[in-house]
Amino acid sequence: MQQIPKEMFQPAIADSREAEKISKPSLSFWKDVFIRFRKNKLAMFGLVLLILLVFMAIFGPHMTKYDYATNDLMNTNQPPSSKHWFGTDELGRDIFARTWYGARVSLFIGLSAALIDLFIGVLWGGIAGYRGGKTDEVMMRIADVLYGVPYLLLVILLMVILGQGLGTMILAMTITGWINMARIVRGQVLQLKNQEYVLAAQTLGASTSRIMFKHLIPNAMGSILVTMTLSVPTAIFTEAFLSYLGLGVPQPLASWGTMASDGVQALQYYPWRLFFPATFICLTIFAFNVVGDGLRDALDPRLRK
Amino acid sequence: MLRYISKRLLYILMTLFLIVTVTFFLMRAAPGGPFSSEKQVPPEIEKNLNEFYGLDRPWYNQYFDYLVSIAKWDFGPSFKYKGQTVNDLINEGFPVSFFLGMESLLLAISIGVLLGIIAALNHNKWQDYTAMVLAVLGISVPSFIMASILQYFLAIKLGLFPVARWESLQHTVLPALALAATPMAFIARLTRSSMLEVLSNDYIRTAKAKGLSRGQITVKHAVRNALLPVVTYLGPLSAQILTGSFVIEKIFGIPGLGSHFVTSISNRDYTTIMGVTVFYSILLLVAVLLVDIAYGFIDPRIKLAGGKKGE
Repeated sequence: MQQIPKEMFQPAIADSREAEKISKPSLSFWKDVFIRFRKNKLAMFGLVLLILLVFMAIFGPHMTKYDYATNDLMNTNQPPSSKHWFGTDELGRDIFARTWYGARVSLFIGLSAALIDLFIGVLWGGIAGYRGGKTDEVMMRIADVLYGVPYLLLVILLMVILGQGLGTMILAMTITGWINMARIVRGQVLQLKNQEYVLAAQTLGASTSRIMFKHLIPNAMGSILVTMTLSVPTAIFTEAFLSYLGLGVPQPLASWGTMASDGVQALQYYPWRLFFPATFICLTIFAFNVVGDGLRDALDPRLRK
Repeated sequence: MLRYISKRLLYILMTLFLIVTVTFFLMRAAPGGPFSSEKQVPPEIEKNLNEFYGLDRPWYNQYFDYLVSIAKWDFGPSFKYKGQTVNDLINEGFPVSFFLGMESLLLAISIGVLLGIIAALNHNKWQDYTAMVLAVLGISVPSFIMASILQYFLAIKLGLFPVARWESLQHTVLPALALAATPMAFIARLTRSSMLEVLSNDYIRTAKAKGLSRGQITVKHAVRNALLPVVTYLGPLSAQILTGSFVIEKIFGIPGLGSHFVTSISNRDYTTIMGVTVFYSILLLVAVLLVDIAYGFIDPRIKLAGGKKGE
């Protein structure tokens, strides 16, 4: 019989509980979401695209020696060349500089509208959902009445009266824009507020604001995030639409919307003036949409098809 | 059901009241008032003008008059087109816009649903990917860019359609298509995901087990149920087509209400802007209500919110 050396033997694990252990390291909810999100190639592509766009919005205007607002009447409507990478517009302004400067304006409008919607919506929906009863009834009826107001018509009306400008545009967009967020947050809070951990917090004497911000809102963060990601493209779209109606940001400020609506008039002769802003509007909206869809799938794997 | 409708009508009235009030006070707050952009007028004439339009009376009288006239379906005179009322503009422009809107509604629904069904039946095959790429394009291109590009390539370059104006049915095809592009994409995505959900249900397997043909299963069992979410989308869809028409009518030179509205925006023709806004709001609120009521009839599983107590 063959001799087995003693050192090859190992004592069995004495503690039976160890053997039962499932060896996967415990993951936090957000790590888990990220792992699922990373597997979604389209969503990852969108995320990379967004990071690139933000990078270019920050550094793009500094990459060329031309300024977004300086007219150069000797070089109007130049096609893309080694001097002017994206060509020039009807006043000889460099389109490369204007595109990335416009990216700042368009992204700023999109993101700040989304953030303001988030702020008002979370407060309104959170309070209505958590308080319930009469408060909820009154607050949501107000939201219902406002929700009936056609969004774009109100925005146009406000822009006509308040005058063009970055601030007025964001104000006009957010005046009824928050309602969607409020409805979603309220729905989530209604679902969550009867959970045991909320009861436990209440028993321990936690204040309402602590329960809201430590327990309810973090747990509703998934749907809040998805709603927010999907509301940015709406704002960018609205900006482009308003620009086309002549209600965009005033000259010489550039936004993708104003550039594209100028470019549309010149489509026959100088197509590059439409091509660059239009492409970046589409890419941005595409990216936000796929990231939003990806986030929704990653947050709720049951919905995944 | 009656209870539900009356409750909804009450909300619609409240929303309308809010809109009318807001438009009235915004109009008063408008910089310089309605005559400001015109040349300097002698004070006597200005006084006469103010008297004619009732601007010399206290604001609460004006406000009350405005409410009454809206209730009587009178949207007031246009400040820029002398001798024309907003009602004239609506009567003249709306039929054109309505025709265009209906045509693109039909296009959006029929092509959108078809694309969605094809994509779902060929899940993860090339048909699916093509349809979804088309849908993503439709969603991410702003309508005025889409319309200009369609006009440039299909009408100017290839000469397949007339470039602009509103004369024959041929003239309507391109604008209707441009207007339908975005909603079509939304409908295609919606139909695809709800078809996929329906196709995984047990009754589809039962239908297959019974030996029904693929076509029969698709038409009789799957599509009918998959279309329910599309019906809910009809409300926002009509809003989208309505606002889309501003841009499309301007690009294609169509004499509809949308292009009148855009002109009045650039002319700062305040009364027309207000009147058309109120008119559009009424239209949209009624459309959304009709869609919700229709939904209750189509899907018996839906209990309309107001009906749960009384019925």
